[in-house]
Order: sequence, then structure tokens, then C-alpha cells
Amino acid sequence: MAELSKQSIGSFLARQGILVAFVIFMVGFALANQRFIAIDNISGVIRSSAILGVMALGVTFVVIGGNLDLSVGSMMSFSTIVVLDLHDKLGPALAIPAMFGMTLALGAFIGFLVGYLKLNSLIVTLGMLSAIHGLTLTYSGGQNMDIADKAGTWFSVFGQGRVMGIPVPILIFALLAVVLSLVLSRTPFGRKVYAVGGNGQAATFSGIPRARVVFMTYLISAFCVATAGLLQASRSMGSQNTVGQGMELEVLAAVILGGASLLGGSGTIFKTVIGVLILGFIQNGLLLVGLEFYFQYVVTWVIIILAVWLDIAAKRGRIWSPIA
Amino acid sequence: MTDQTPALRLEGIVKTFPGVRALDGVSFTVMPGEVHALMGENGAGKSTLMKVLGGIYDPDEGQIFIEEQPTVMTSPMQAKAKGVVFIHQELSLADELSVAENIFLGELPLKSLGRVDWAKLYSQTDAILKTLNVGFNAKTRVGDLSIANQQMVEIARALTVDPRAVIFDEPTASLTDAEKVVLFDVIADLQAKGVGIIYISHRMEEIFKITDRISVLRDGQYRGTLNTSETNEDEVTQLMIGRSLDLSRNASHHELGDIALEVRGLSCGDLFRDVNFNVRRGEVLGFYGLVGAGRTEIAETIFGLRDPSAGQILLNGQEVRISSPIDAISHGISLVPEDRKGQGLVLGMNCRDNMTLPQVDDLTAGPFVSDGAEIAIFDQYRDKLDIRTPGWRQTVGNLSGGNQQKIVIGKWLSMRPEVLIVDEPTRGIDVGSKSEIHNLIRDLAAQGYAVIVISSEMPEVLHVSDRIVAMFSGRVMREFTSEEVTEDSLIQAISGITGDKVA
Repeated sequence: MAELSKQSIGSFLARQGILVAFVIFMVGFALANQRFIAIDNISGVIRSSAILGVMALGVTFVVIGGNLDLSVGSMMSFSTIVVLDLHDKLGPALAIPAMFGMTLALGAFIGFLVGYLKLNSLIVTLGMLSAIHGLTLTYSGGQNMDIADKAGTWFSVFGQGRVMGIPVPILIFALLAVVLSLVLSRTPFGRKVYAVGGNGQAATFSGIPRARVVFMTYLISAFCVATAGLLQASRSMGSQNTVGQGMELEVLAAVILGGASLLGGSGTIFKTVIGVLILGFIQNGLLLVGLEFYFQYVVTWVIIILAVWLDIAAKRGRIWSPIA
Repeated sequence: MTDQTPALRLEGIVKTFPGVRALDGVSFTVMPGEVHALMGENGAGKSTLMKVLGGIYDPDEGQIFIEEQPTVMTSPMQAKAKGVVFIHQELSLADELSVAENIFLGELPLKSLGRVDWAKLYSQTDAILKTLNVGFNAKTRVGDLSIANQQMVEIARALTVDPRAVIFDEPTASLTDAEKVVLFDVIADLQAKGVGIIYISHRMEEIFKITDRISVLRDGQYRGTLNTSETNEDEVTQLMIGRSLDLSRNASHHELGDIALEVRGLSCGDLFRDVNFNVRRGEVLGFYGLVGAGRTEIAETIFGLRDPSAGQILLNGQEVRISSPIDAISHGISLVPEDRKGQGLVLGMNCRDNMTLPQVDDLTAGPFVSDGAEIAIFDQYRDKLDIRTPGWRQTVGNLSGGNQQKIVIGKWLSMRPEVLIVDEPTRGIDVGSKSEIHNLIRDLAAQGYAVIVISSEMPEVLHVSDRIVAMFSGRVMREFTSEEVTEDSLIQAISGITGDKVA
């Protein structure tokens, strides 16, 4: 009996290790600094994580499907700049769908290259990171974008509004997380994403249109990026061309931290959300205990490596193994 | 023999996994100079036992003794250093490196400044290769060798230490008959040198040809050891599965239905040419031939994975165009592929999800996959095929080969196909599951399915087929009915000797 409970604790840790780590971090920081668990601090962290989080939801699909998306940061800059520019030209009601259309077109292009032409996703999206950055700069002429009449538009509602006291970005992040979690875990399409990422050949042999599934994951990723761009633009009502720079790595970090395998076929939306929150709370906690802001990049890296290591150790059943 | 010190002794090994007692007090002894067969159905615990022996798993209880010295194994490398060496079913060689580099990988002889001492490397390698009597040398690139010769490289690697015990895990799975003879010679040499050998295989003829004793595992328990010379296949099989195995000819006694699938003049580049055959409802059509004769490629073409360069495929008398597996599935064709792990299953997925994968679009309630509908299908085929798993949530990768294959078969049966193609239905599967799968194939025919079975094992083809198509080098050489076929005529046909020439 004792043995059985020991085993179930072990398998619980292996499956939910990331959740346990999250609780330990929270308790640790809370003991170090009371302010950490103040409601306004927690709400602030979640709100500032929402943009990253929305992007991570989409990238979760891509990663489970067995690919990478390193273009999301520069794609988010693109969406932000485009929607801000079009806001003054077309008005918000037209600017938002136009921006979504353009961002989805970029996603479709990547999805075509990776899905149908079967090009390596690392190379394609790394190239697109740079190409989309160039596109953004060309579009803006290198200028920052600002909404001229900041008071006379309802556009700020997405980034700054509140519904029943809850910040809108948090609501959108939560809503999208719930919807995409259902799509991934409950629909036939979600099942196919796992199958294609887990074993593409077996998926083909089961009559699953591999190319179309991969294509769709990039479309979902682009949709999330467009949403993130909308939140970003609406929050700041103006932006530099480089607003999303470097976010691709933070997004990927959150997804891996959540436990999605970079080899594809595993991970969940729930775990990604936990990954996003861990990243957000750790960065916030480090600031509160008085660590230099720039040093958090280093700490973030250490945390990711630890997460990956623990994940592998849990799968092997050993902390250290002589064989891979 | 009783006075000797055992080369290797396992005592009371227990290993449990969540929900499974994989090994339940297994004890077993290998004497020096003995070839000791380890047999058991898939899932009986052979692999787990070998992983304990190789230090990949820590046993919960029990002890390993090497020459009566208690030993704790921590890794395959350490096991090798202690004189226990594994020759695996799946080869683990670097194709781009030479034979010598592969054999001494990780322990290359060095000169000063960390330079490799090539002269010493090659001379040491050639010395080992000489004892194996092989037709290649130290400098040959491993990728250029046949599978059999690659296996020799693995064996050569084992001989770089002075082994006390060598474990062969299904060594003949991909060898031809001629290649097997060479392997058995090597085993006999090792035996003569006083090495204890554990030989894991499902192939009875081999077991009876080369082993001295046979130990049997069933459901993680040690079932006994038999002297090979004093037993027979029946007794061993009974020990393994608790009943005997029927491999008699088995033609259909029921009425055959209409032609379900017909292929006319089908060609695909150089892979196969001008292939004609048909299969009726209620019939099992066997495809027999050597590896590379084009059998799998024909199946893949019918299933839409390859584009034919010429010819027609007719289903129920109507010509159909099949350009993808999706087309094939919608026409009621199912393929249980040859490579179970690579093509048949998503190993990280659970049993149920694997089984329902091709039809997940049809198992919905609203926009969502219906749990109930999926579990109903899983339960139905788990019972029908007697799949042994703790539950549908079990990851498929954790099941034994036989149970994995049943999941794949269940996956395609649940599609209720018009034509079921099964490529190598029992490759790497234990004798008990094998007979279950054979019976299943016969049952399916009796229920009116048109079944095509591709196999490299003659007893299997003879056992399950109503008619047999013999292939050689991309061509159909001859078609036999089960009444007229003989082993000799079949062998001649697949070796390219036509029936006419023989007559």
C-alpha cells in the first residue's frame, strides 16, 4: 500500500511537476516579499503576461504539431504597426479586420512553406522573423506609429478597458485559452495535431492530411499573434517598429516551460498557460526581491534549462542517465 | 555442468511499474558454454528482464550474480565492462563511419595529443573480424554493409571485451537463411570459448537447432526450464501460452463471395511491373516473396501512398482512382503497415486515440470528439482482439509488440473495410499472439472480408491463405491455390524459377 502511494506520487510529479514547481516558486517569493501576493500585483503580472500568453497559445499548436515558430515576435510588431496606421486611415472598425487579414496571410504563407512544401520550420520562421521585420519597417518607413486622437476612439478598450473590474487583456487571454484548449483537447482537429507531431508518417498512414494540419497550426498561430498585436496597440495607442522583438524566444520558453516537447506530439494549452504565468511571476518576483532588471534574462534562461532537465529526468525516471 | 560456476545468475528479480507487476520473482541461470533460450509471449517480461540485466531498470527486489559475484548493474556500458554484452534486434551503428570506428566507438586507441592510432585500430579490428570469418574489413563503411553484416559488426563490438555472457535479442529477425547459418557459426564459436549465451527469439526452429536449454516466462513469472533435447515445440508452446498452437493449412470451407478488389496491369516504375490479381470476399490472398520483391510497394500503391505508372485498380468491378490514403480509406481499403512503430502507431498517444485515429472525424458529438463513442470502439476491439492493457489511457509505446499490433489491427478493423491488407502481420510477435492473429485473419475471411496478407514467413502464408501469389523481383511469378501449393514450388517461384521451367 505504501509502495503504491509512493508510485502514484511519483507519477503525479512526473505529470504535474511544472504545477508543483509553480506553487513552490509562488510560496518562496511570497515568503521573501509580502507584496508579491497582493491582489494588485498578481493582477498586474497576469495582465502584463497576457500579450505573451496569447502568442504562446498559438505557438503551442505549432510546437505540438512538430514544428517551431520563431516569427511570432516580428509578426506581432507588424500587426501592431499595421493596426495603428490603419486606425487613423480607415477607423478602428475596418482597421482591425484588415490587420487580422494581413497577419493571417503571413501565417498562411509560412504554413504553406512548412506544411505543403515541407521546408524546415526553423529555417522558414527564422527567415520570416527577419523578412517580416523588413516588411514592417518598409510599411512604416521606419517611423513610430501613433494614434492621433487618443481620446476620441473606442480602440483603447482592448488594452485598457475593464469588464466587471477585470482587465480586458486578461479576459481575452482567458477566453482564447479556454476556446483553444477545447479545440486542442476535444476536437478531431486537435487530435490530428497531436498525431502529426507525434508520428507524421503514422498520421499519413491513417489518412490524416498532414500538410493541411500543419498549415492550420500556423494559421492559428497567426490569429493569436494578430490578437496580441491588437492588445499591444490598444494598450499603448502608439508603438515602435520593434515592439515584439525577442518575444519569440520568451514565447517558446513559456511553451517549453509548460512541458510541450520540442519534438512534437505533447503539451497542452493548460500547461502553456502555467508556463506563461511561471515566467511572468518569476520575472516579477525577481524584481520585487531587488534583482537587477537585466539580470532576469539570465535567470529566465536558467529556469528554462532546469525545466527541460526535470522534464527529461521525469521521463527517464532518473536525474542522470548514461544513455540518452 | 553442475560443478561449474554459472556465467550469469539472476535470483528473485521483481520489477513493478504503476499497475503492472512486470517481473515477479524471476530466477534463471546461464552456464558457461551454454546457449540458453529465453522465451515467452510479448509482455511476458523478457524485455524488462533484459533491461534489468543491462542496468536500464533497477530491480525492486532480487540480485544479479556474474560468476557468483553479486553485481549491481547501472548502465549497458557498465554491464559490458563486467562482461555482459547485448546484441540488439535494432542495430545502433553509425552508417557513415567505418567498421573499425563503430566497433571501437568511444574507446578508440589513441596516440599522443589525442590523435587516433589508426594503424592499431585497424589491426585490432581485423583481428576480431578474422575470428568472425566475415567478408568485409575494418575500413568498410558500415552503411555499405547488408543488415546481416551490420549485425556481425555489432557482434564484433561485443568481442572487444572478454564477455562472460552475450545476450542475442531476436538476432535473426531480418536475416536470410544463408546469413543465419553464419550467425549460428559465430554463436557456436562463442559457445566453444565458454561464453554463456542468452538467446531470445520467437522462432521455434532456431531455438531447437541451436539452444541447450529453454527457459520460459509467462506474465512476468518464471515458468520453468526445459532441456532442449528432451522437449518439443508443443511442450514449450504450452508452457508459454498454456495451450498448443495450430499451424496446419487452413483453406476456407465457406462459399467465397464476389471479387472485392482486382488489380490489372499495375506497375510502379522499377518497383513492380504488370501485376494482376484479384481477391474475393471471404478469401485470404497471401503474398509471398523475398524482401524487396515489391509486395509492400503494391500494398502502398493500392493504399494511395505511391502513384502507379500504369494499370487499373477495380473495387467491386468499378475502376477507382486512389491518390492518397484518404481516398483509399473512403473506398473501404485498410492497410496494416509493415513497420508497426514507424507507420502504424503514434507511440506517445494512448491506446484509444491510436485506435480511433482514422475515423476521429466521424466520432463527434457537436464539434467535439465523443468520449463515449471512442471508448465504445476501443472496448469492442479490445475484447474482440483480446488486447491486454491496463486501460485505454495507457500509452501505446508501453505495450508489448503483440498488443501494439492488435491495436493497429483494431484500428483498421473498426473502419469496417471492404478490403483489409495486412503487411507482415506477426513480425516480431510472440508465438501466442501470432496464433491469435492468424485465427483472427481466418475469422475475418469467414465473416466475408477480403483479406490480403503479405508475409516473409512461409508457414504463415501457407497457414492463413486460400490462394498465394508468389513474387520475384517486382513480378508475379505464379499464383497457387492452397490445394496445389507445396513448399518447394513456392520457394522456386520466389527465387525466379518459373513453374514452366520446373515442369
